Amino acid sequence: MAQQASINKTLTIGEGGTVIAFIALAVFSIIVAAKAWTPEYAFHAYLFAAASVATVFAIFNRYFARDAAPVPQEIDGKPNYNMGPIKFATIASVFWGIAGFTVGLIIALQLAYPALNFDLPWTNFGRLRPLHTSAVIFAFGGNVLLATSFYVVQRTCHARLAGDIAPWFVVLGYNFFIVIAGTGYLLGITQSKEYAEPEWYADLWLTVVWVAYLLVFLVTLWKRKEPHIYVANWFYLAFIVTIALLHLGNNATIPVSIYSSKSYIVWSGVQDAMVQWWYGHNAVGFFLTAGFLAIMYYFIPKRADRPVYSYRLSIVHFWALIFIYIWAGPHHLHYTALPDWAQTLGMVFSIILWMPSWGGMINGLMTLQGAWDKLRTDPVLRMMVVSVAFYGMSTFEGPLMSIKAVNSLSHYTDWTIGHVHSGALGWVAYVSFGAIYCLVPWLWNRSRLYSLRLVNWHFWLSTLGIVLYISAMWVSGILQGLMWRAYTKLGFLEYSFIETSEAMHPFYVIRALGGALFVIGSLIMAYNIWMTIRSPYAAGEAKRPQLVPAE
Amino acid sequence: MAAHDTNKVDAVTGISTTGHEWDGIQELNTPLPRWWLWLFYICIVWGIGYVIAYPAWPLVSSYTRGVLGYASRDQIETDMASLKVQRGEMVAKMESASLVEIEKDPKMLEVARALGKAAFGTNCGPCHGQGAQGGPSYPNLNDDQWIWGGSLDQIYQTIQYGIRNENPDSRQGPMPAFGKDGIIPKADIPAVAAYVVTLSGRKPEGKVDLAKGQKLFAENCAACHGDAGKGNPEVGAPNLTSNIWLYGGDEKTIIETITNGRGGVMPGWAGRLEPATVKALAVYVHTLGGGQ
Repeated sequence: MAQQASINKTLTIGEGGTVIAFIALAVFSIIVAAKAWTPEYAFHAYLFAAASVATVFAIFNRYFARDAAPVPQEIDGKPNYNMGPIKFATIASVFWGIAGFTVGLIIALQLAYPALNFDLPWTNFGRLRPLHTSAVIFAFGGNVLLATSFYVVQRTCHARLAGDIAPWFVVLGYNFFIVIAGTGYLLGITQSKEYAEPEWYADLWLTVVWVAYLLVFLVTLWKRKEPHIYVANWFYLAFIVTIALLHLGNNATIPVSIYSSKSYIVWSGVQDAMVQWWYGHNAVGFFLTAGFLAIMYYFIPKRADRPVYSYRLSIVHFWALIFIYIWAGPHHLHYTALPDWAQTLGMVFSIILWMPSWGGMINGLMTLQGAWDKLRTDPVLRMMVVSVAFYGMSTFEGPLMSIKAVNSLSHYTDWTIGHVHSGALGWVAYVSFGAIYCLVPWLWNRSRLYSLRLVNWHFWLSTLGIVLYISAMWVSGILQGLMWRAYTKLGFLEYSFIETSEAMHPFYVIRALGGALFVIGSLIMAYNIWMTIRSPYAAGEAKRPQLVPAE
Repeated sequence: MAAHDTNKVDAVTGISTTGHEWDGIQELNTPLPRWWLWLFYICIVWGIGYVIAYPAWPLVSSYTRGVLGYASRDQIETDMASLKVQRGEMVAKMESASLVEIEKDPKMLEVARALGKAAFGTNCGPCHGQGAQGGPSYPNLNDDQWIWGGSLDQIYQTIQYGIRNENPDSRQGPMPAFGKDGIIPKADIPAVAAYVVTLSGRKPEGKVDLAKGQKLFAENCAACHGDAGKGNPEVGAPNLTSNIWLYGGDEKTIIETITNGRGGVMPGWAGRLEPATVKALAVYVHTLGGGQ
């Protein structure tokens, strides 16, 4: 204490620089807000100003509360891990997850019962749909990736997270981007590119946040105390770098004015379509696959307490996956104005991608060698293993659907929606739930989860929900595809479009039911996590019996 | 980092680890699964074969065409040609045949109705309903009341050029906004509406001066709708005595109609659809049940 007192407390360069940058941003935002062409854009400019002012206050508050000496990198020879931003991202992921799943349920019901659009612009399917996709992919999935990557990189590098303010800037800045994106959709601000709807100013902000993310991650790797970089970190790094490239390529827009939310993309026609699906497919490949494989590579061996099945497989499938995935985008544009040669390459690389994808599945499943019995007693591990099984199923279905002959039936139908959700609900959400169930007791220093029985309920309810969802979409998708191409014996179309829409109704109802079960499961998870954080079982206490048989 | 020969052996699998450990996680030195590797090779070999067979690699100003000579544009042309064969010569014959000839030839009629039904579902159904049953503002095409005439030629004319659109050949002339434009004093409009109600044999609500309504009708409405309100397909004035209403026959809606006028529109289909398809639509609509 005496030693610390002798150090003069001063603002660090990071603190001072951040304060100056955010004061400048606040002033600039207020000027933009005053001159904005539309009230919606002015609202966003005021949000930027308010967040900037709040940041300046937060930094000063933190400064007055902290010690004069910098935070120690190690305490008693052990790394002093930085868990604050991870806790925030974990809670945020649960919050956004429930929000995103609920909006998904609403739009599923709107498709079955169009009256639920309420004839209001803000609640219209066209605005809620991107709200749903962005909330589940970028808000829920993104926060899970931030939380787990910051956790895993520290633990597997045996080093404290790089930066003092930077990790907080990444987590809070990313969530601010989500708020701008989501409120923008509801107010009708969009650049109409699927999964890349936010307009230019939100994209610029995300670019700054993402560069900070990359730097925090790289510098943490740089100062690692382990001789080698663990496989999960390769996948996280591939995810961060590639998403940066995709984001820049697909959002190359020119704003109409700095006072307008509107911008125009520099690509045009079929080139724009190709860039869009190069982005769109690799958002699946590098955000929803590479990032979540990283989660799998840490949390499954950790939870199963078994070594990773094959180091060699992890190397081969990692490099094969990232080299081949990047080519597969054109399969979203089969039988369009896209030249035939590009369609061929998209299809061929999608088929070759099958085994590299399955390499991850094999490594995930076979890591359970010698621990299969734990599936019976540990619903958290079961959730993650089932997620790997869904991953395997989706990455077989994907190449199958990329074959042009199959695609001519499946494209534009609900089959695609079913495929996406077997990946999104079965793989991405399940491995995320598993990771969250592991992380919460570790982060809040609890000996166990509040209730494994509730995890079991979550597992079975949402599994039933996923099965209802994807089987309804398979049936309706194939039915839809067959109805669209049905000809009478005289050579005329058998069904009008509206008749095919009518035939979808029962499956839309079943899909909504499946979605409702999934939402209920996530609410059970939120309660369980809340109770775990509130529970008094600190990790040091005697462990209570926590294993219950599977039901 | 331990040397490889001193690496630990995993007791469950009997396989050694790589000797590294991160936060308690180790990795086994398991070789690549053979089946996985072989499937991977097979996919690659198949891929090489496929890019040789089909258009695949971009060149400076062209691309490799593939040895099979496939092009998706050729495929669509083949598909369309085979569809034409399936539809037979009837469609071509319909192009030169008159509408009456089409209806009289049972084989041609069958094809025309099949083509008409398919075209109707996509192009007409969104407004008129899949069963042509109509709805508020969109006339029912099954009954025998026709705003612009129900003969084959009249229906054909309407479908070809549409109603009140930018094409000068389309049906023209909206019903004036008698109230809004001050042609009939707003206070007198309920009397006219009440008189219109009586035309279809119903009793108007409340007490109104029916005689005044009749007089105003004769002065303002009869020119198009006729003295007896029987309508006139030449100007698209509906029959007001049939109790079939396009916009609604209650007094409130009739007052609204007289006050603001009406002018329903329909696009023209000549030029948008093939000539045979437009003819088939005319025959299809004419044979729905109400054709005259």
